[in-house]
Amino acid sequence: MTGAVPRVGVVTFPGSLDDGDALRAIEQMGGHAVSLWHGERDLRAVDAVILPGGFSYGDYLRCGAIARFAPVMEPVMAFAERGGPVLGICNGFQVLCEAGLLPGAMIRNRSLRFVCRDVWLRVETAQSCITDGLTPGETIEIPIKHGEGQWIATPEQLADVERDMLVVFRYASRTGIVDEAQNPNGAVNNVAGIRNAAGNVVGLMPHPEHAVDPDVGPTGGQPLFASLLHMAMAGVIG
Amino acid sequence: MSSEQDPLHRQLGLTDDELAQIEATLGREPNRTELAMYSVMWSEHCSYKSSKIHLRTLPTEGPSVLVGPGQDAGAVDVGDGIAVVFKIESHSHPSAIEPYQGAATGVGGIVRDIVSMGARPVALLDPLLFGPLTEERNRWLFAGVIAGIGGYGNCIGVPTVGGEIRFADAHTADPTVDVMCVGVARVAELVTTQSRTAQAGSLMVLYGASTGRDGIGGVSVLASATLDDGAEGSRPSVQIGDPFAEKLLIEASLELIAAGSLEGLQDLGGAGITCAVSESAARAGMGASLDLDAVPLREPGLVPFEILTSESQERMLAIVHPSKIDDVRAICDRWGLTTAVIGGLTPGGTLTVRSGGAVVAEVPASSLAEDGPVYERPVAPPARTMGNGEDPTFVPFEKDLTEAVFTVLTAPNVASKRWAFEQYDRVVQGNTVAGPDSDAAVVRVTGTLKGLALSTDSKSRFGRLDPFLGAAHAVAESARNVAVTGAIPMAITNCLNFGNPERPEVMWELTESIRGIREACLALDTPVTGGNVSLYNESGDSAIWPTPVIGMLGLLEDYRLRIPSSFPRPGLAIYLMGETFAELGGSEFAEAVLGVVAGKPPALDLTRERALHRLLVAAARGAVVASAHDCGDGGVAIALLESAIGGGHGFAVALAGDLPSHVALFSESASRAVLSVDPADEEALVRLAAEHGVPVARLGETGGPRALIEGLVDVPVDELRDAWEGAIPRLLGET
Repeated sequence: MTGAVPRVGVVTFPGSLDDGDALRAIEQMGGHAVSLWHGERDLRAVDAVILPGGFSYGDYLRCGAIARFAPVMEPVMAFAERGGPVLGICNGFQVLCEAGLLPGAMIRNRSLRFVCRDVWLRVETAQSCITDGLTPGETIEIPIKHGEGQWIATPEQLADVERDMLVVFRYASRTGIVDEAQNPNGAVNNVAGIRNAAGNVVGLMPHPEHAVDPDVGPTGGQPLFASLLHMAMAGVIG
Repeated sequence: MSSEQDPLHRQLGLTDDELAQIEATLGREPNRTELAMYSVMWSEHCSYKSSKIHLRTLPTEGPSVLVGPGQDAGAVDVGDGIAVVFKIESHSHPSAIEPYQGAATGVGGIVRDIVSMGARPVALLDPLLFGPLTEERNRWLFAGVIAGIGGYGNCIGVPTVGGEIRFADAHTADPTVDVMCVGVARVAELVTTQSRTAQAGSLMVLYGASTGRDGIGGVSVLASATLDDGAEGSRPSVQIGDPFAEKLLIEASLELIAAGSLEGLQDLGGAGITCAVSESAARAGMGASLDLDAVPLREPGLVPFEILTSESQERMLAIVHPSKIDDVRAICDRWGLTTAVIGGLTPGGTLTVRSGGAVVAEVPASSLAEDGPVYERPVAPPARTMGNGEDPTFVPFEKDLTEAVFTVLTAPNVASKRWAFEQYDRVVQGNTVAGPDSDAAVVRVTGTLKGLALSTDSKSRFGRLDPFLGAAHAVAESARNVAVTGAIPMAITNCLNFGNPERPEVMWELTESIRGIREACLALDTPVTGGNVSLYNESGDSAIWPTPVIGMLGLLEDYRLRIPSSFPRPGLAIYLMGETFAELGGSEFAEAVLGVVAGKPPALDLTRERALHRLLVAAARGAVVASAHDCGDGGVAIALLESAIGGGHGFAVALAGDLPSHVALFSESASRAVLSVDPADEEALVRLAAEHGVPVARLGETGGPRALIEGLVDVPVDELRDAWEGAIPRLLGET
């Protein structure tokens, strides 16, 4: 491999909305952003993949239900199985659940309303492609914006997720208190993001790509992108 | 309303005189299809027949105006080859019947207007007026409209960054649902009448959604008549939105423009294909041949007039040179959009419509698009005149001032609209420097340091008492709202929401309001680049108050120098810029505390107003001030409290002068702002104020957990915040 800048791909599905924001965040954090098209089975030699937020295919069946059958998802699944870092944000998280790469599913927010606000997240594990270098217990501020962000799971799934420490972030207060008052959508156990067992696949409802530039929002997304670029680089070297 | 015994033209909303004019144009009787086409194009909504002669008095020119009224949207040159395209429209009538779809399709329509100018939509603002939330139907309308705005706007990747929300009894039957969209384009890539190169032989390509029965005759049935008790029966005239299709339409359209594939572009909105085709042909100075058999239909069996007047959403009409048609198809295919060549431009001026091989309509294109009737309707002031009722300014007030502060702070007009704004995606595109909780939203322009400051404002309570002053105040407040961010007010778009223009007193309100906008725009150097007129906002004998809504564009040369609207830290000096007079007429205090909308609205000295704006712009450039907040509803008291709540810092101030305490707190005198300043910059601020001739008073300092107005108010900021943020949820029964 040449150069020391990891290539991070962002998939554009029909109806993706935050793909441009993810591309910009990658560049701002020092990576090389690569645009990927839903209809092509080519990952263009990227070292990490982001499935961005939005309303892929209008979310008319179920969020993410159609996107997971897009041609690009074939190489994305294979990439994930090889251990490549894959981050699903919001709608991308829903796609990963639909694709079976992550457990659980998303339903409408408890309030039945779309919600856009800055929230605090407590880091639950450093063993994921976006929390490398973070300390469990610390909190970061990132915006959420979704109408169907209430993560749910069967009791068995939930027990497994908690036992295997697959929760990456929980909605919390600034000081790290996790309770119902801090839960913006009713997600079980305040889950805001989860990982697979290997930690290379992560899905989260909050939008770290909207939290890297202090001029337009909080900066809690910076360490997440730093981690993703670092892990992508590790893949390059390894 | 017309009855079924009426002749067809009257059922379609055309008068006998208008029918005669059509017959004179054609030299024969129109057939049913032609009559339907004229009825939509000559509707109030499309033809502006009642307002046109008055709108012509508005100032529309300025050195930075690239495109003025008459096209899909206005455009302003903000320097460095960048054009800002913006326009406001109403979707009030559909929203009164079906709030979610009415509001949603309003968003879709204005976004397509911006796209059809060749601009990428970068911001939406939604000024809304409802009846009181104490009534169940108003709560249903409010919740439905907010959800519809979010449901559509959030799915198309355009941030909703602002828009005021107000409440008044007069909007119970007729909510006002306006929406403003702002777009950015390279000046060289603007699609304007001048840049269109369409010629005879060019193809008309319809792309996007297929055509169905939704929204048949929406402009004539819904938007150009009052809503009566049978309004629910009009539901089939409300269009249904598909934001996913709109998102694809935006991307495909911008790609088509960037690729240089188009000779012209027009969105399909009110009056559907009839409007798009006749306007495209008329603008090119040509006729057109239109084949209805080529229009992709959502369902079989649509008859010609239905295809011609359907307002099915998410459709665009491109004018394409035959050599470029394959390029256009390729780009639309990539975005999964169907394309159909439905006709072409022809020499001469005749629009010929065919269906099943037969000619079903043959009319001059310009007679539909440009030669609609123009009325000079009778104008007469209403029996009630300015300053009616006892002026609340001079009513003694001896009740508890702290209670009055809470009453005004929790009044629905003043209370936090977070319940609504949190349902809007304000961050997508990554350029939102300031969102709905600021006096004006600030959106930076990608690739530059420029910031667009955006505000929408109405002052219908003042307008109710004096429509001239109300409209002028709306312009002034809108300009002030962008100026407190440090931006220079550049230009406006406006949406004129009024009752039935066939009533002389409504026409008087309309003409007085237009006069007010004219005066203020001339004085503040903010030309009118376009807008929309929404009439017939009345039901039974209750019309809405005169409600011109102003959409203001301001420009920050460097968005990083934006002045925030809240106190950022303790230890700052607090100043009031401008002068407070005894002016409680039409104030929030009068309505919320005294229960009256009466008296004379505050005076407005536009020279003073402009001086304040210039001072604020200079202060921002010099980074002299730490925060600035407009004094509007609730006067200096609310400006102080909102500055404290937003920043989370208390303050201690004293209001000097001989005004009675409640007047000093709540007077809504114009041309004022509350500033906070680092002590090191106080001298510079006072000097700047003197240079600009703006009166200035030092009120006190920021800091501590309490809001303290000496001798009058002393309350913890946390308590104020809870009250302010909780008011709307409480009215909705959620707490």
